[in-house]
Amino acid sequence: MPTPSRYWREIPQRYRFETNQCAKCGLKFFPPRLICPECKNQELEEAKIEEKGKLLTYTIIRVPPHQYVDQAPYAVGIAELDDGVKLTGQIVDCDFDDLKIGMRLKLEFRKVFQEGESGILCYGYKFVPDEL
Amino acid sequence: MQGIVGYGAYIPRNRIKVEEIAKVWGADAPSYKKGLMLEEKSVPSPDQDTITMSVEASKNALKRAKIDPAEIGAVYIGSESHPYAVKPSGTVLAEVLGATPEAHTADFEFACKAGTEGMYVALSLVKADEVKYGLAVGADTSQGAPGDALEYSAAAGAAAFIFGKENLVAKSVETYAYMTDTPDFWRREYQYYPQHGGRFTGDPAYFKHVIGAARGIMEKSGMKPADFDYVIFHQPNGKFPLRVGKMLGFQREQIDPGWLVNLLGNTYSGSSPLGLTSTLDISKPGDMILIVSYGSGAGSDAFIFEVTDRIDEVRDLAPKTRYLLGKNKNYLEYGEYAKFRHKIRKAD
Ligand SMILES: [Zn+2]
Repeated sequence: MPTPSRYWREIPQRYRFETNQCAKCGLKFFPPRLICPECKNQELEEAKIEEKGKLLTYTIIRVPPHQYVDQAPYAVGIAELDDGVKLTGQIVDCDFDDLKIGMRLKLEFRKVFQEGESGILCYGYKFVPDEL
Repeated sequence: MQGIVGYGAYIPRNRIKVEEIAKVWGADAPSYKKGLMLEEKSVPSPDQDTITMSVEASKNALKRAKIDPAEIGAVYIGSESHPYAVKPSGTVLAEVLGATPEAHTADFEFACKAGTEGMYVALSLVKADEVKYGLAVGADTSQGAPGDALEYSAAAGAAAFIFGKENLVAKSVETYAYMTDTPDFWRREYQYYPQHGGRFTGDPAYFKHVIGAARGIMEKSGMKPADFDYVIFHQPNGKFPLRVGKMLGFQREQIDPGWLVNLLGNTYSGSSPLGLTSTLDISKPGDMILIVSYGSGAGSDAFIFEVTDRIDEVRDLAPKTRYLLGKNKNYLEYGEYAKFRHKIRKAD
């Protein structure tokens, strides 16, 4: 579980999808990096990831880590966003029978987990079907 | 001239029917459905709360407003179900939207009228040129005690409004507030469920304040019921807003577009604001809209808006409220509902 300080540090990514991209070859990464893994360039510029994409693959988690026990079973998938960035996340608001490779997804703001009954509430993104 | 620049709604997908709740408590479903004029209500998923719904409703409002979120100078969430007892909800919302750090934030509370309270203050700050844009959200994930009449209606949803002075979707024509100290509904500190004064919640509470605010704003503006195309009253159940509309001299056609309660339930701070979003969804340039909220304790805020030409440009930029009400529904059994709403006591 994240401490409040780690959760706070990741707010720009988890809340606003802020990241960076290579100024030389244009590759966008998520989360942000210090060096481009493609061309090893260290010159990077600010970027945001797209909030929509399509499902590449998924699995159903039935034996989850302890802080996700109340949510099981749940789907976790990898989506290719419209800018090419690949992102892993929980898929919610979708019955398992309706999960299809290639389906359109969008990111929605949800509570990812909470630290017990008295710790901080951790918010971030999950995938939901994009019907619009 | 100040008014609404953008508006947005959010409704969770889960529903529970009156029959499903009545079955558990041995109650007579048909008489509840008839008495409350209610079929089903929305229920938040375990990963949804006032903050997450406020974010989604506000993002929809931003899509219609088409403004730079950094120019939002006030961020207010009105709710009686803020997730933290101590720590603001509005800071999370402002951070997600990118409105920090130059913004004023406060969480409002006033039973079901907390949403319009935030609207009242945000609109006033815009009018006073204190901020360029003000955002106000009414959102709730309310709980009724198991078996209590409120359990059939306490629902979840959010509506967000961005106020400004340019590119208005609806001009603010008049505002008015009416309140007294009336203990019709309350929840003490550390108590999980609220309590209410039974029949006392009707005449001296809801009807007195809604009528007081509606008559007050019509007198202040020199308008009468026939001057409005649409009217929205707070919707604790299906009957109250229809009855108060009739008492004031409004027709059913004026009320219907914003009357969502039969399929949505009472979304508390989101109730009349969501009615306003669904009314804006179908309104035409020049339409006059009256909205009157109600919050126990007790008081009502009233607003008159005049819809502008810009409604035709922005209406389809975000999901319409009745679309959200009907899409991708997931019907819960009482057991799942009880788990979702943390009504089941588990071992530590
Ligand atoms: Zn590169």
